[in-house]
Amino acid sequence: MNPVVLVIVAISVVVPIAFVAIVRRLAFRLAGGQSSSAVMTAGTSAIPSIRVSIDFGWKLVRDLMVLLVLGTGTSILLLRFIYGIGSVTNLSDQFPLGLWIGFDVMGGVALAAGGFVIAGVAHIFHVRRFEPLARPAVLTALLGYLMAVASLIVDLGRPYNVWRPLVHWQHRSPLWEVGVCVALYSGVLFMEFLPVILERVNQIEVVTKRLPTVPLYRFFTRFAIVFVILGVVLSTMHQSSLGSLWVLVPEKLHPLWYSIRLPILFWISAVAAGFAMTIVESTLSSKAFGRGLELDLLSDLGKYASVMLWIYLGVKFADLAMRDALPFLFEGSLQSFSFWIEILLGVVIPATVLSIRPLRKKPALIFGSAALIVLFCIVLNRLNVSMIGLYPFTGRIYTPSWMELMVSAAIISLGVLAFGAAARYLPVFPQHEELTGTAD
Amino acid sequence: MSECGRKALSRREFLKQVGLGTAAGVGTWLVAERVRPAAASEAENKETFGILIDISRCVGCNSCALACKESNNLPDKDQVPEALDPQTYTFVQPVSLTTAAGEVATRYVKRQCMHCLDAACVSACPAAAMYSSGTGPVVYRAVRCLGCRYCEAGCPFTIPRFNWDNGVTPKINKCWMCYERLAEGGQPACVAACPSGALHFDKRERLLSEAHARIESDPDRYLHHVYGEHEVGGTSMLYLSDVPFEDLGFRTNLPTFAPPEETEKVMSALPMVIGGMATLMTGTALYTHRRPHEEDEE
Repeated sequence: MNPVVLVIVAISVVVPIAFVAIVRRLAFRLAGGQSSSAVMTAGTSAIPSIRVSIDFGWKLVRDLMVLLVLGTGTSILLLRFIYGIGSVTNLSDQFPLGLWIGFDVMGGVALAAGGFVIAGVAHIFHVRRFEPLARPAVLTALLGYLMAVASLIVDLGRPYNVWRPLVHWQHRSPLWEVGVCVALYSGVLFMEFLPVILERVNQIEVVTKRLPTVPLYRFFTRFAIVFVILGVVLSTMHQSSLGSLWVLVPEKLHPLWYSIRLPILFWISAVAAGFAMTIVESTLSSKAFGRGLELDLLSDLGKYASVMLWIYLGVKFADLAMRDALPFLFEGSLQSFSFWIEILLGVVIPATVLSIRPLRKKPALIFGSAALIVLFCIVLNRLNVSMIGLYPFTGRIYTPSWMELMVSAAIISLGVLAFGAAARYLPVFPQHEELTGTAD
Repeated sequence: MSECGRKALSRREFLKQVGLGTAAGVGTWLVAERVRPAAASEAENKETFGILIDISRCVGCNSCALACKESNNLPDKDQVPEALDPQTYTFVQPVSLTTAAGEVATRYVKRQCMHCLDAACVSACPAAAMYSSGTGPVVYRAVRCLGCRYCEAGCPFTIPRFNWDNGVTPKINKCWMCYERLAEGGQPACVAACPSGALHFDKRERLLSEAHARIESDPDRYLHHVYGEHEVGGTSMLYLSDVPFEDLGFRTNLPTFAPPEETEKVMSALPMVIGGMATLMTGTALYTHRRPHEEDEE
């Protein structure tokens, strides 16, 4: 047997176990030395300790699956860095950008729009009711961007050159702009989230005595609005520029999607995604942490999302009409089929449900509509633009390999684990005192 | 706790912050404005070189493809290449077709990078690893390359080749019109090796008049179309043919404008978007925060 394969298998077994052990150790320390079985399983500590003892079997299966995904993901990464991108993906010179760009980066960044949307509504438009939602939204965004950057590192052939766009300015390249903005915005998001970390750190006397974390906290809360405004500006720039990427290929992209107004459409849908993602994240975390659901707030978010969706629909069809592309709607191709799924399931249905007040009061319907927006208006749309819409030019020569899917799944798992850990040990949610009362 | 911080915020301090925000926005705008007009029209002013490829004169001897391998020190020097790959910058593709007269004939099409005047790959590259030399050749320098492959995605001719089997140091590989040889006053290796006169290296303008002169001197033989004169805004590689280009596998539905012009339109709107958004957001924040204490009572 090839020794390289043995090494890969060994590393992929050791790395996740080491990861779990380290996280467990850290969590144990942070929790003030009190072991709780929720902490035992990496960051899956999403469920507070009180509820852990219930259904042990399911939890074990879930943890094993997470470990399996992480382990396989690690082996695939090793393969990718030893034998090249071609050895694990179905990419080719004719179809050079695939799932990791179309889904992880383009979809991921759009779904992380909640950070700038909610922070903007709460702090710039100063709708104070939404302030409790801002922290989890910023956390989701920060992790979303880190996940997108992680995917990018995997996808880039020469990742050690990832900093080059910051130095060699290429203002004609949309990708340059996306790169610079994502780098800057990740920093801004960290600054926005820093007060949450510092709040926790400031509870530890040993640290506050030695480090100026208290004044630092004061500084970042005072100047929070600056970072929020910067965040909105940077987000507007790169959310739209992810669409501009495809303005470069008029000969390749199907006319149902190719438009010079693609950046505008990307931006509008990203704002809608920001609201939708916040609904999804609030609902899921209220389940996971046994928190109450801020139904009124979510209902309002749903209303805002529906407004954005109607605007999106209007701009989309006006754009199609202006480009004389309406006949393509009925050409019966895979592209037109995919387009209708995207528009009906991702825009029309959720927008209708969220526009009707009685329906908007039902948590299940709010969550369902938000999930539809996430899955179809964003994920399917980004895949249509980056993949399915290119098939007429390239032929159907690319579908993601199982290894590409596995890497995406591993990165998402890491993100969810990190969210769980952060939500448990940091004052992300308003009622955090009850959950993390152990440490002092 | 953040609540306390915000309540204690005085009007003056708030204005200070908002001012900072505006300054940052305007600063970004100014920087963006300052660097904007630099790169676009560089290539247009200088005299650019190119190669005229007369398909009707090509005999399919493959001398050009082998000379290319030799000159660029590419592996498999003695094998006649049959497709573009990371080790092949050019190859000669035999195409069998039926002519208008009904005869079955073979034509030989030399394929390589088209060296677009306003190249999509150049405009795509986020680090200027792919750049226009300004005299025709579109050149790649690996040292800056991120390996993002957006150049491949942008190329209307699907030319660049990536080392998919290289884990850490993959490169983009394509014809660079022997840029080094040109700098020393020479010809591209393929042109120097061509025995049949199918390849002709010169300034692009002269190549165009030469091509049109050939069409005029033999209008029945040649197609009245110089491929590359207008395709994607013009390319440095120009093709003449006596059979329809679509029969030879050329893309004949390409736009006559350069695709980078479209992204340029979008990108040049950005400074306005940045400035507008920064001003709008700062203004909104100013307005909504003007009486923080009163709003608390709501």
